[in-house]
Amino acid sequence: MKSDYSRPLDLKHGRVDLSHGGGGRAMQQLIRELFARHLGNELLAQSNDGTVLPSQQGRLVMSTDSHVVAPLFFPGGDIGALSVHGTVNDVAVMGATPLWLSAGFILEEGFPLADLDRIVRSMAEAARHAGVQIVTGDTKVVEQGKGDGVFITTTGIGVLPDGIDLSGANARPGDAVLISGSIGDHGMAIMSQRENLAFDAPIVSDSAPLNSLTAALLASQIELRLMRDPTRGGLAATLNEIATQAGVGITLFESAIPIKPAVEAACELLGLDPLNIANEGKLIVVCAADSAPSALEVLRAHPLGREAAIIGTITADPNRFVQMQTRFGGRRMVDWLSGEQLPRIC
Amino acid sequence: MKFVDEFRDGQLAEGIAGAIRKTVEVNRRYHFMEFCGGHTHAIARYGIPDLLPDNVRMIHGPGCPVCVLPIGRIDLAIRLALEHGVILCSYGDTLRVPASNGLSLLRAKALVDKARGDIRMIYSPNDALKIARENPSRQVVFFAIGFETTTPPTAVALLTAEREGLQNFSVLCCHVLTPAAITHILDSPEVRDLGLVALDGFIGPAHVSTVIGSQPYEFFAEEYRKPVVIAGFEPLDVMQAILMLIRQVNTGNYRVENEFTRAVTREGNRKAQALVAECFELRKQFEWRGLGEVPYSALKIRERLAAFDAETRFNLTYQPVPDHKSCECGAILRGVKHPTDCKLFGMVCTPDSPMGSCMVSSEGCCAAHYTYGRHKDHPQGHATS
Repeated sequence: MKSDYSRPLDLKHGRVDLSHGGGGRAMQQLIRELFARHLGNELLAQSNDGTVLPSQQGRLVMSTDSHVVAPLFFPGGDIGALSVHGTVNDVAVMGATPLWLSAGFILEEGFPLADLDRIVRSMAEAARHAGVQIVTGDTKVVEQGKGDGVFITTTGIGVLPDGIDLSGANARPGDAVLISGSIGDHGMAIMSQRENLAFDAPIVSDSAPLNSLTAALLASQIELRLMRDPTRGGLAATLNEIATQAGVGITLFESAIPIKPAVEAACELLGLDPLNIANEGKLIVVCAADSAPSALEVLRAHPLGREAAIIGTITADPNRFVQMQTRFGGRRMVDWLSGEQLPRIC
Repeated sequence: MKFVDEFRDGQLAEGIAGAIRKTVEVNRRYHFMEFCGGHTHAIARYGIPDLLPDNVRMIHGPGCPVCVLPIGRIDLAIRLALEHGVILCSYGDTLRVPASNGLSLLRAKALVDKARGDIRMIYSPNDALKIARENPSRQVVFFAIGFETTTPPTAVALLTAEREGLQNFSVLCCHVLTPAAITHILDSPEVRDLGLVALDGFIGPAHVSTVIGSQPYEFFAEEYRKPVVIAGFEPLDVMQAILMLIRQVNTGNYRVENEFTRAVTREGNRKAQALVAECFELRKQFEWRGLGEVPYSALKIRERLAAFDAETRFNLTYQPVPDHKSCECGAILRGVKHPTDCKLFGMVCTPDSPMGSCMVSSEGCCAAHYTYGRHKDHPQGHATS
């Protein structure tokens, strides 16, 4: 008997239509010819309602993140890679080894299949690079005008060895605060695209998986208190979270904070504070003051941490204020961002 | 960052701070008003008060365009979007200013039926023109606010609309004038009669002065015997201007000095002034938040361009609305009170849920103090590790 013929997906000119989310043959075809083709692995190939994962030694860490960034493609990345990095990083900063991701897609009717193909390919590449597998997924299609191309939600699971506790509550007065590199790159890469700000060298997103960097820190003898990735709300928001959680104050040294000239210039033009701008491949490390030089060494030895710096210190402050010694010589608060400065940044 | 770092140099700042310490007379107190929100922001953001001796005090003035916008004006803009179904284009800062009925432009944006009206944030009046060209069947209104700095771009937008015959574009004009506000403060009973506000001089606006020049302030030095130093918005500019003001106070020789010579001339930008004169005329009265009705302090669109005046086109009538009765924005804008004198400050009024306009824009002195300076209100705020 001849097998049923189905015309292959037109990945050049085709577009998402409502049948691709309908649960019928069209959806199966989209999964087979696009998602499974790029993301395929033996776990995803189980093709059941759920994926059975092999048992692991240690505790599990789980984290989820939805991605709605506009534009979908930007210098230094795209929504596909970003959706992998975002979740991998949230698991990694807990001290865990990220292993598996789920991926939920909300597609808008009319979205070009060529773009979807490019996004999923980029996800696959990002997952390979980070050493994680996408083991289950879901696709829904909404009518034209009800979405914005594609939204992606990823959930990650990682394994946390016993004895590691990197809660934000661990910060203690006297500890050192480090950052793995320049701040504000991701947010300003998106912003400069949206506002058509042209620079001689375009601002490139720092979107990257941090799990090899966190692994290097964990493998060293550093007395680590906690790690965080300062995404939305930037360095300011993450440090305020830590101060609130641990009941401490933080003092930053403005002159020590690495920032690229183009990012600083773009922030200046748009009236934004780089401390509030999102990062997608930066790590904040809080460690005992004695360990700070070795932590800096480990960070700088890694390709993602070459510009790492010690940027501040944890203080005893019942008000839980984050403050900054300005380059100018004065002192000021570093507050949470109020309102929404940059919508749809990740 | 080239051309910017030079004006934020900590070592130079220390040098000027040293000169200020040497110049102040110990038995004298110095009270200077920085008129502009841009200066208020720089003072808070760079921690300038930390570098000043105790007897030099900065008083925040009313030069934050968003702060002085009365509730009634925001209500007009909201009505345009909700009732008249226009696409209202506004600068970002204005979106969060509290208006009547618990609304703001941002909240109204969530309410508006997008098929009829909309509220959109823009960076320039050109964006509003573009939206009008792209939506020929919709009415597009630019909510024009600000001092003399933002007025010329509005003039260009009006003239462009006239030239292109853009039938669906109009402007809700709320432009206000700096010298009128300074006069109003100097004539206020708190300064003149009651002596509640000691005012020994002004730091004059940076960007406003690039347009109007330094000449309009000469009146204040001559008639009111108050020194004025026009300064740029960088922290070193502010420090240098404070030093220049102290010198003038010490010698008793009051005049207008220009620290911001890299951008400001005595005459200002003649071309921009001509554009403004072509499009606008003085309003007899205009309500300012905090200052109340100030005569000849604002602009309206000239008769010739009435077709592009949203107030005429939509037959809008202005309805004044009093501020919340506990809100001290008025007194704060006149320099009579400090943000922390307000019961609402930091309690129910924060940048996330502002009650008064001074808590909205980053140029507002309540927002600046809350965001950058509130550690000083707590004795433990000066923490050490």
